[in-house]
Amino acid sequence: MATDTVVPTGTTRGAPRWLRNTGWYALLTGLSLMVLFPIWMLIVRALSNPTTYVFDRGQPPYPVDIEWDVFARAFDEADFGRQLAISVAATLVIVGGQLITSLLAAYAFAFLRFPFKRTLFAVCMATLMLPIEVTLVANSRTIRELEWLNSIQGLTVPFLATALGIFLIRQGFLGVPRDLRDAAALDGFGHLQFLWRVAIPLTRPVIAAFTVLSFLSAWNSYLWPRAVTDTSEWFTVQIGLRAVSNSTADELNVGAAAALLAALPVLIILILFQRHIVRGLTAGAVKG
Amino acid sequence: MKRRARAREAVAAYGLLAPALLIFAVFAFYPLWRIIWLGLHLQNRTGTAQRWEGPSQYVDVLTGDEFRDGLWITTQFVLLTVPIGVVLGILLAVVANRQLRGMRLFQIIFSSTIASSTAVTAVIFFVLLEPSIGYLSSPWIFDLADPDKAIYGVALTGIWQNLGLTFIITLAGLQAVPEDLYEAARLDGFGPVRSFFRITLPLIAPTLLFLSVALTVFGLQAFAQIDVLTSGGPAGSTEVLVFKIFNAQDPLNLGAGSVMSVGLFVVTALVAALQFTILERRVHYGD
Repeated sequence: MATDTVVPTGTTRGAPRWLRNTGWYALLTGLSLMVLFPIWMLIVRALSNPTTYVFDRGQPPYPVDIEWDVFARAFDEADFGRQLAISVAATLVIVGGQLITSLLAAYAFAFLRFPFKRTLFAVCMATLMLPIEVTLVANSRTIRELEWLNSIQGLTVPFLATALGIFLIRQGFLGVPRDLRDAAALDGFGHLQFLWRVAIPLTRPVIAAFTVLSFLSAWNSYLWPRAVTDTSEWFTVQIGLRAVSNSTADELNVGAAAALLAALPVLIILILFQRHIVRGLTAGAVKG
Repeated sequence: MKRRARAREAVAAYGLLAPALLIFAVFAFYPLWRIIWLGLHLQNRTGTAQRWEGPSQYVDVLTGDEFRDGLWITTQFVLLTVPIGVVLGILLAVVANRQLRGMRLFQIIFSSTIASSTAVTAVIFFVLLEPSIGYLSSPWIFDLADPDKAIYGVALTGIWQNLGLTFIITLAGLQAVPEDLYEAARLDGFGPVRSFFRITLPLIAPTLLFLSVALTVFGLQAFAQIDVLTSGGPAGSTEVLVFKIFNAQDPLNLGAGSVMSVGLFVVTALVAALQFTILERRVHYGD
C-alpha cells in the first residue's frame, strides 16, 4: 500500500508537531485494539484451559493455564486434518479451473474478432447477477441429479468459470501493445503460444491479483459446500467450524483453535501477496 | 483467403470461450430458468412428479409472511451493517492515510479482518457473544438468546468482518485524491475538518457508493454467520432470506424456495441497477 501521500493539515497552526503525532499514534493504537480485540480473545480462548479460564478465573482478557496441544486436539478430535485436505483440494481445483477458463475466454475477448462478441461478453458479465445464493435451490438439485453430492466435483464444478476473472484478465490483455501481436504473428506464433509466451507474462500483476481473489472466495466459501455435503467426511474447514455452535463451554477451546487454523493459510497468503490483493479488491472501485 | 482466416479466427474464439460458456450455461443460466419454472410448480415428496401451480404461487409466496419476514430481517441486517461499516471504514482510512513512522503496520492491522472468513468470524463472535458468559454478551444489546436483540449480535460480526475490505477500498480512494487540491484549500484557509467535508468526501463519493453497494449485496447474501451463530433463532428472529431459501431445498418446499430465490434475484438486481444509475450521474457530475 502506497504511503507516499500525505494528508496536509495546517502544519503551522495549532499544537506542536510532536504532540499532534502522539495524539495520532494514540488514535491509531486505539483503533488497532478495536480491530484486533476479537481476534485476541479467540486466541485467548483457544490457548486457555477451558475449565480454569471460564469457571475459576471468570474469563480474563489474557490466556490462563495455557495448553499448546489444543491445536493437535483440533486435528484429532475435530477431524481438522481431513477437512483441511478437502478444502485444499477443492480450492486448488476451483482456482486452477477459474484461471484456465478465464485466461482462454479473456484471450478471445481481447485479441480475436468473431461474430456476437459483444453479446457473448454481455452474457458472461450477466452471470455476476446470478450469485450462488440465487441459484442455490436449482443447482443443488442438479448436483443431486448428477449424484455429485459429497464429492469433489460437486464442491467445485459450478465454480470453474467466473465473470470476474474474465473481466479482470481481459482488461489486462487489452493493455498488451498491438505491435507485439503483429510481431508474434510474424514469428508464426499460434494463439496458445502467444497467450503463453507474450500475453500472460505481460499481465502477470493482474493475473496474480485475480488468483488471490479467487483463492479467498474458494477457501472461504460456505453456503455451497454446506448445501452439497451432508456427511462430515466431506466437510470443508469452514463447514467443520459449524460444530462449534454445539460445543459446550469446556470444549469451545478446540473449536476456537480450529478457527485459528482455518484462518492461517489466508493470513499467510495475504501477508505474502498484500500488494496483489489490494490491487484486486480496488479494481473498479476507484476511478483513475 | 481473407474470409477463410476470419472464419478460422471465429472458430478459435468459440473454442476458447466454450469452457466458460458451458459452465455458465449449466450452473448460472439453466438454474435461473429452473427457479422460475420450479416457482410455477409444486413437487411431490420425492421430487419425482410435479403439478402446475401457476403464477399464483409467486403471488402467494411473495406476499406471504415467510418471504416478507425474511426480507425484513435481511433489511435490518443491511441497515445495521452498511452505514456503520462505511463510516468506520472512512475513519480507519483517514487515520491511516498520513505519513508517519510505522504506518504500514497499522495499515496491515486495519486490513487484517479480510483474513477471517465468515465462518471464522462467526466462531470469534460465538466466543464473545456466548449467552451469559461471553465478553460482549449483555442483556442490553448483544444478546443472542433474546429474539429482539439477536440480530444486533449477528450484525456485529458483519460489521467487524467487513472492516478490512472497507478500509482497503476507502484508503485507495483517499490516495487517488490529488495532492494539490489540499494545497489549494489550505491556501484558501480551509482547516482539516472543512477540507475533509468540502474536498475529500465529494471526491471519494463514487468509491463510497461502490462500497455501499458491495456491502449491501454482501448483506443480502448473509448466511454463514447466522448458520453458525444462531441457526436462525431464537424463535426465527435471525432467519434472513438466504437462510429461508437454504431451508426450502427439499422437494415439498422447492416451489416456495424457488420463488424466494427469484425474489432475491430481483432485489439484488434492483440494488445493482440503482448503483449503476447513481454512479453514472455521479461520475458525469464529477467530470
